Amino acid sequence: MADLVCNELNMTFTNPQTGDAVEALKNINFNLSKGELLSVLGPSGCGKTTLLNLLAGFLNPTSGEASLGGKHIDGPGVERGMVFQQGALFEWLTVSKNVDYGLRMKKTDAATRKELVEKWLDIVGLQGFGDTPTYQLSGGMQQRVALARCLVNDPDVILMDEPLGALDALTREKMQSLVLELWKETGKTIMIITHSVEEALLLGERLFVMAPRPGRIHKEYRLPFAERGLSESLRDIKQDSHFGEVREEILTMIWNMEEEIMGRA
Amino acid sequence: MLDWLSDNRALIAAALIILILVTFIISIVIGKRQTRLRAKDEVFGDPQRTRGGWYWALCGVCSILLIWFYFSWGVGRAYFPQAANEMCQIAKLDEAVSPIAASLPISSRYFKSTLLVARNSDQLVRLQSTLPQDAFTEAEQTELNELIDQTRQLIVNSSNPENLNQEAQAQLLDLSAQINELSAELRGGYDNFTPTEEALAQPKWGVTTTEIPILPTTSKGMLFDQVAASAESIASSFVKVRNKIPANDTLIADIKERISVLKEANEAGSFDERTAETRNAYVKSVDRIFKRLDDGLIFPAESLGVVNTAMTDLESAKQEARGSLGIIDAIFFPGAGVVKSKTQCTEQGSARWLPKPTDVVATFGQLANPDVEGGGGYRGFPLLWWKWLPVADVVGFLTPDWIADVWPGEYARHAADGTIEPNTKDKILAFAQGETDLGSIPMLDGHIWDSLFRVLVALFLGIVLGVPLGLFMGVSKFFKSFFDPLIELYRPVPPLAWAPLILTIFGIKDDGKIFLLFMVAFAIMVISARTGASGTQLSKIRAAHSLGSTDRQIMWNVIFPNALPEILTGIRIAIGVCWGTLVAAEMLAGTTGVGFIENIARTVSDYELIWVTILIMGILGLLFDLMMRWVIDKTIPWRGKG
Ligand SMILES: Nc1ncnc2c1ncn2[C@@H]1O[C@H](COP(=O)(O)OP(=O)(O)OP(=O)(O)O)[C@@H](O)[C@H]1O
Ligand SMILES: [Mg+2]
Repeated sequence: MADLVCNELNMTFTNPQTGDAVEALKNINFNLSKGELLSVLGPSGCGKTTLLNLLAGFLNPTSGEASLGGKHIDGPGVERGMVFQQGALFEWLTVSKNVDYGLRMKKTDAATRKELVEKWLDIVGLQGFGDTPTYQLSGGMQQRVALARCLVNDPDVILMDEPLGALDALTREKMQSLVLELWKETGKTIMIITHSVEEALLLGERLFVMAPRPGRIHKEYRLPFAERGLSESLRDIKQDSHFGEVREEILTMIWNMEEEIMGRA
Repeated sequence: MLDWLSDNRALIAAALIILILVTFIISIVIGKRQTRLRAKDEVFGDPQRTRGGWYWALCGVCSILLIWFYFSWGVGRAYFPQAANEMCQIAKLDEAVSPIAASLPISSRYFKSTLLVARNSDQLVRLQSTLPQDAFTEAEQTELNELIDQTRQLIVNSSNPENLNQEAQAQLLDLSAQINELSAELRGGYDNFTPTEEALAQPKWGVTTTEIPILPTTSKGMLFDQVAASAESIASSFVKVRNKIPANDTLIADIKERISVLKEANEAGSFDERTAETRNAYVKSVDRIFKRLDDGLIFPAESLGVVNTAMTDLESAKQEARGSLGIIDAIFFPGAGVVKSKTQCTEQGSARWLPKPTDVVATFGQLANPDVEGGGGYRGFPLLWWKWLPVADVVGFLTPDWIADVWPGEYARHAADGTIEPNTKDKILAFAQGETDLGSIPMLDGHIWDSLFRVLVALFLGIVLGVPLGLFMGVSKFFKSFFDPLIELYRPVPPLAWAPLILTIFGIKDDGKIFLLFMVAFAIMVISARTGASGTQLSKIRAAHSLGSTDRQIMWNVIFPNALPEILTGIRIAIGVCWGTLVAAEMLAGTTGVGFIENIARTVSDYELIWVTILIMGILGLLFDLMMRWVIDKTIPWRGKG
């Protein structure tokens, strides 16, 4: 029932100085069922972040409509959790205060808060760090806190904008496993934006490749790797020949798009 | 105990200076050794190199103290406590002979007579060349020229040794002999002099406001004092000597006659206004020069030779008798030494405006003494102390009187038997006016507290009103656009430029100063809170939105903590600026506060007090800043780590 639906979504930015219009998104249509894992890939400037901001309710579309579970999206809401590239943690709070932020805003009672915080810290692997100030954590740990902070609110959809972009390769791989694990365990709808083709393949049951100018969904894939990632090691999957083929195909596709942009510019 | 310390400040200083000197040398030795030890494992340019180094801090403090002691004559007084008194006696002699020295090429380059001749001759030449030809007739012009030539002849006659007045010559010889006697007396030594009881009973150097005791307290000083007394009478005879020469008598009579004829002609004749004026002015100038020459103040140069020789000899006798004091003066008393004016001897040079460290401490001690009746505090008010503050005063200040006015009912009226029975409304009025007895609480008191209180209240108001406004200005278009012009218009005006206006409107009491400081603090707090608020990362605000916060919750839970580092920095700046403004405002008006003390000290040139207030302000400012740094470290450890 909790379907994330985009219907003829258009977004045009107008430069207030020059009056130039940028078609950031054009005719976006898709339907994401509950529990689906979607990754979005595309060259820089193709409107990925814009799409996510529309779904999160930070922006209003120029035309068209987005809805979640039949409810029109208008402004940010707790049912759509966000994870940003750079934690966007509240550095003046400790880890547990960050995690239970949403609960405190809802005025949940202290005992429940404590219980939930412990549960989620445990799940993201940060047990015992509750009283640490967030600025003392490493980048990977900070992203775990951001995940926990989002999940503790029990959102229907989790929207992530390059959540692992700033992490080193090893931490990144661990975090990819964590995302898959969370997906499996919570059964949440997850939409994840990434720059890395491999990550998109691994973390996408469905995968949109977007094209720029105007921003649109160029091609859609349905992939088996996320499902496999739940049981197999991610590194083995990456060695898989099918994985390699798709990766090459997408890379060529994006490469051509970039080339086109360059040529036009 | 304190009196003993105060009386023996020279002795204490002597010990202190040695201690400081030793510390200074030791710190340099340690510093050198440490530098050599670490030379290898530190790279030039590494900020870690600046860590530590307490020995250099010590060295710096010691050198400042040593420089202070030296230039304030603190060193001189510590080791030569009698020097100033002796220098004072010598200064007395200098003062006594100054009239004689002034007319000889001793304190100036020329004989006074030479200068007189030069000046009057010049003026006569100028007068002759500017004779107004249209104002005088031909005959008068000739007459005037002759008159001027005659006047010049007076100078010529007076300068001639052959014409020297015999009586004057005798007097000059006699005075020279007397001066020579003084020299002999100075050379005769001072062994058989003993200072009087009265002199010995004087307060020591620097203990009272008169600084240097004036009566001689040493036998050397006695000698100079005595010689100075004799010199005074010689000098007064000297200035009376006149060279009135017979050769000039007829000339003078003739000139007088001619001038009076001219004057009469001026008065009798009917000239137009301008001509009359020119004529009068010219004749008057001639008359003025003539009168100057008529005084007999011009002596032939040779006639003064004997006095000059005697005086030169007296000067060298003085130097001999002064002995080692001359060297001590040159080394330990930088500046013009001690000078005697009419009633007292004063320190001249850097010591005049730079009080000795020990004296500053003593003055501070006197100010800090809370016993106001016993001479402590300043102007009947302690520096920093406490008192019982009636609670009713505070309540009365905080409760407005109109509360009683709007209370239902009427105020009591006097009854038929002349008594008044207060009702509830009266009691509320009494309460609002602070007349109800509510007991007392201990409260700080004194000049420093008054200054602090003004700053703290203004700062509190500035923070309480400025921070919320600044935060809203950081996030709301209405607040930003509405208040920006108002604040940006008044903020750039230096606070002291507002002072005259604000002190007029709010009065010279605390209200005016607090409002002035509030204006300063408010602008700073608004701007820093606004900068902090508008610097909040968008992703944090979006995250907070997605986590289900209301706008108010975001304001309080995200924007405010995010702006906190800026706000605290703002407070730190505001304290500094308020403190600076306050002192200046207190100098403009008021009857208490540190700035007030300095202002009074300034008007009476009490340099010790001025320095004490400067030190108090510096130390308090430093304490404020240290406190704020500590608060910043404790409250916002995340600063710059987001
Ligand atoms: N606030 C805005 N005002 C004007 N133009 C905008 C605005 N935000 C985005 N754009 C334009 O919309 C287009 C899409 O931007 P968007 O940030 O969604 O790209 P993206 O796919 O997230 O890129 P990247 O991978 O680099 O993050 C770009 O051409 C950008 O210039
Ligand atoms: Mg983006």
